[in-house]
Amino acid sequence: MLIIVCPFCGKRPEIEFTYGGQAHITRPERPSELDDQAWAEFLYMRSNTKGIHAERWRHARGCGRFFNALRDTTTDHFVATYRIDEPQPQIEQPAEPVPPP
Amino acid sequence: MSVLRTPGGGRVDRERSLQFNFDGKAYAALQGDTLASGLLANGVHLVGRSFKYHRPRGILSAGAEEPNALVTVNPGAPRDTPNVLATQVELYPGLRAISQHRWPSLQYDVGRVNDALSAFFPAGFYYKTFKWPQRAWKSVYEPAIRRAAGLGRAPATADPDRYAQRYAHCDTLVVGAGPAGIAAALAAADAGARVMLCDEQSEMGGSLLAETMARIDGVPALDWALRALATLAGNPRVTLLTRTTAFGYFPHNLLGLNQRLGDHRADPDPGQPRQRLWMVRARQVVLATGAIERPLVFPGNDRPGILLAGAARTYLNRYGVKVGVRVVVVTATDAAYQTALDLHAAGVAVAAIADVRAQPVGVLPDAVSRAGIEIMPAATVLGTRGDRRVSEISLGRVQGGMVRPAARLACDAVLMSGGYTPSVHLFSQSRGKLVWNESLLAFVPGLSAECERSAGACRGVGDLTAALEDGAAAGLAAAPDPVRGSWRPLPEAGTTGGCGWLGALPQPQTTATDKAFVDWQHDVTTRDLALAAREGFRSIEHVKRYTTTGMATDQGKTSNLNALSIVASGLGVPISQVGLTTFRMPYTPVPFGSFAGTSRGALFDPVRRTPMHHWAQARGAVFENVGLWKRARYFPRAGEDMHAAVARECRAVRSACGIFDATTLGKIEVVGADAVEFMNRLYVNSWTNLAVGRSRYGILLREDGFVYDDGVVARTAADRFHVTTTTGGAPRVLAMMEDYRQTEWPQLKVWLTSTTEQWAVIAVQGPNARRVIAPLVEGIDLGASALPHMAVARGRICGAPLLLFRVSFTGELGYEINVPADFGATVWEAVHAAGQAHGMTVYGTETMHVLRAEKGYIIVGQDTDGTVTPDDAGLSWAIGKSKADFVGKRSLERASMRAPTRKQLVGLRSRDGRTVLDEGAQIAALPGQQPPMQLIGHVTSSYYSAALDHPIALALVAGGRTRLGQTLYVPMPRGEIEVEVTPPVFYDPKGERLNA
Ligand SMILES: [Zn+2]
Repeated sequence: MLIIVCPFCGKRPEIEFTYGGQAHITRPERPSELDDQAWAEFLYMRSNTKGIHAERWRHARGCGRFFNALRDTTTDHFVATYRIDEPQPQIEQPAEPVPPP
Repeated sequence: MSVLRTPGGGRVDRERSLQFNFDGKAYAALQGDTLASGLLANGVHLVGRSFKYHRPRGILSAGAEEPNALVTVNPGAPRDTPNVLATQVELYPGLRAISQHRWPSLQYDVGRVNDALSAFFPAGFYYKTFKWPQRAWKSVYEPAIRRAAGLGRAPATADPDRYAQRYAHCDTLVVGAGPAGIAAALAAADAGARVMLCDEQSEMGGSLLAETMARIDGVPALDWALRALATLAGNPRVTLLTRTTAFGYFPHNLLGLNQRLGDHRADPDPGQPRQRLWMVRARQVVLATGAIERPLVFPGNDRPGILLAGAARTYLNRYGVKVGVRVVVVTATDAAYQTALDLHAAGVAVAAIADVRAQPVGVLPDAVSRAGIEIMPAATVLGTRGDRRVSEISLGRVQGGMVRPAARLACDAVLMSGGYTPSVHLFSQSRGKLVWNESLLAFVPGLSAECERSAGACRGVGDLTAALEDGAAAGLAAAPDPVRGSWRPLPEAGTTGGCGWLGALPQPQTTATDKAFVDWQHDVTTRDLALAAREGFRSIEHVKRYTTTGMATDQGKTSNLNALSIVASGLGVPISQVGLTTFRMPYTPVPFGSFAGTSRGALFDPVRRTPMHHWAQARGAVFENVGLWKRARYFPRAGEDMHAAVARECRAVRSACGIFDATTLGKIEVVGADAVEFMNRLYVNSWTNLAVGRSRYGILLREDGFVYDDGVVARTAADRFHVTTTTGGAPRVLAMMEDYRQTEWPQLKVWLTSTTEQWAVIAVQGPNARRVIAPLVEGIDLGASALPHMAVARGRICGAPLLLFRVSFTGELGYEINVPADFGATVWEAVHAAGQAHGMTVYGTETMHVLRAEKGYIIVGQDTDGTVTPDDAGLSWAIGKSKADFVGKRSLERASMRAPTRKQLVGLRSRDGRTVLDEGAQIAALPGQQPPMQLIGHVTSSYYSAALDHPIALALVAGGRTRLGQTLYVPMPRGEIEVEVTPPVFYDPKGERLNA
């Protein structure tokens, strides 16, 4: 079970959260002006990242707030969590791997 | 006392003998024995038959890696437990166990013929053979394979035991209490850490429990271990968990431990759970999980009596049991020499040590020579003999690349050692990176992914001196404040020579006569693996699945590295390039009971009950589960079955009136200055012109244009909507609303509140509905023009605040009485009492379904399935035509979403006038087709209509609305049924009753 830092409540166990898919995908302002290809792109196309992935989580069984997170998909470790209205932190590399003994 | 039992020493209690029973026969053993050591003390090696060839198999190991000795404990009794390892079953007086996977008996098994026919059972045999004809799979192949291949039988009765679960936190969790683990725990505790130390065995100490030579801190190693454990036990900041297997390593240093509290007792303490699942979150983890000895791969290496050399030493020194009276040792390392010396000292004849190395030299070989034991260097094994127990071994000598026969030696046990494979299971589960170490012939932990370090034999540091120092260093580094620590071990153990062997031992060029096993539990041989490589399998993951090597319950603990080596040489690439298959949890099997904990029976799931539940229960309602809710399905009277009860309830609603508990409907209050705008953006309907005091049937789509939920939405104030959802849909609708509110339209001033459980909802439906409630309702004019269909008003009823909906899900004049939940039961009883003068009958969800289907009202999730648009369901009238946008609108504009050939909701009427179609049945346009058939739709709802006295059904049919009046065909188990396509509204299509 992951430990997730809610930007509003702090460290909480994973069972309090629900996953919300890839982050930073904004619903188009005027969908009717998009052609089918562009609409399908918004609706269905998602990245399948190996490494740092920006994604949405909701503290559903806590404060109820949505927030964004950067998670390393190779380790499941969270690199950062941040509010919806904050920009994505620029972190290229995973959080420092634990050095071997 | 058996001649195989030593006169003294070891960890068994010589004063406490006990009796146990294996396969119906009684044996004597000592307290402290395992089932395996107890059997070996009685000269019993044969404990099972092999999976594919039904070859006799004996005890191979002394621990968790055992592939052969799977038994059932307490067969047929309350604690019936199949597939447990005899090497891990602690004996208690009266324990009963049976062997598995043999028929009719262990001694004579008819499946043995498979071995003689084994040319017909190569790798992938099942995949290649049992493919065709399809019919034979179910009737012939599968039953035969299941009978032959089954492991133990699942117990037939409910588990009588209690299981507990517990969370724990610590600074340092040490897994494994061998020398490295004990040293790590001592070092960490000395530095002030809160330590947990767990070990899967009945007693901590690991290899030190069988150690007779080494000394640590000036005392024998075992005494040191016992003293160290006493020190740890006396430290209040240290928790020691024996019989506790760390079976899984989860992200963020959460480890799953399973503790066995009752299995080793004849009379378990009823106040204790049988097992306890620990979920430990550790700041730092030290893995000291040791190493597993590798078997050697040679023809006939699977006969009972052939076992791992280290296991023989454990049986001798820890349990006081000699595994034979005349043994041959075959080895690739020095470690087995110590076994030979210990057995020799105990009076066991060691016929020879066959060493695959060309020139074994060092302290231990010298000691063996001095003891007069013959060492045969550059040796190999050509075969073994013996029926149900090894009786002879045939040795060869490798010279100049040639293999020549060297000797045949009589023996009753063969002890083999191919070296040690580090137990990296937990490290690998933690997603750490393994690296191949050529000098150790092993994968060892590399870069960690968690706050974790490995110590001792599990990272290739197998030498006792080095392992102690490694453990101490790891424990100190894993303490929160390492500078506080000062403890260091002072071992005086001799250093042993390593090396080891991977893959098959050298054989003459001629074809060997017997199989050389790599995976004992799944009967995988060198030939199977070579065949897989020849047939073109390149990935080790594919070889694993094709040959099933490493896929048995032991997960290849003894076999993986040998298999890898054979595949690598077959492919002509180094092992490091072949890679390793994934290690998955659990390390050893964990009972379902531990995972379930208290979540069983009444505590399996939370139960939601409405305020009227007890009233319905007292009236004999039959309940159904809808989500977590209990809903009254029907109210049978004496002598009625469901069909009769539902028919009576339906007639009552249509002719007089009915009362129905609709409390479970989801309810969401949408409030704020932008509530109208929010609803406009989310639902397909237009809400701008909905007056206060009116309601509307709302439809919610997903962004892909498919129906997600529906329900009546009332405007209760200019800035306030009372939104109802389906019973099961309330949480996901609220989550979807919150998602849009928070992340897409945060600027809208709107707030969402779940009010599902704040309201009790009493539906009163039928021609007499107004007459029933009129005397009870205060402050609302119920007249047809004052309160028309879909109107909403506030008032009072029986002293309670009332939100009254004039709505109908039955097609009759109807009201839904909303009162605060605490008033629900009182108001319900008052309405029910008032209704008795007007023929009121209580009805349940089954009748509700029939009545709504007669009117063609859909149930989202039953008549829709996530691929249905509003138009498919005949609901495009609800869409706000002038709206520029709503969730799902853009998807509805795609051409394929408007194709006339889409499946559309229609009614079906059985032409025979009596057959109720199966819900889910397929629909064909042409009669009498044979599979594969052309199918054009399926039945979504189907009932017998009491009001119409014929069956009705709703269905999704391709181009359905153009087929009205056509005859279609519904294949059913008892033959094809002809149906007529009709509009979905069967009853009162003009809606006159509704507006009464
Ligand atoms: Zn929160």
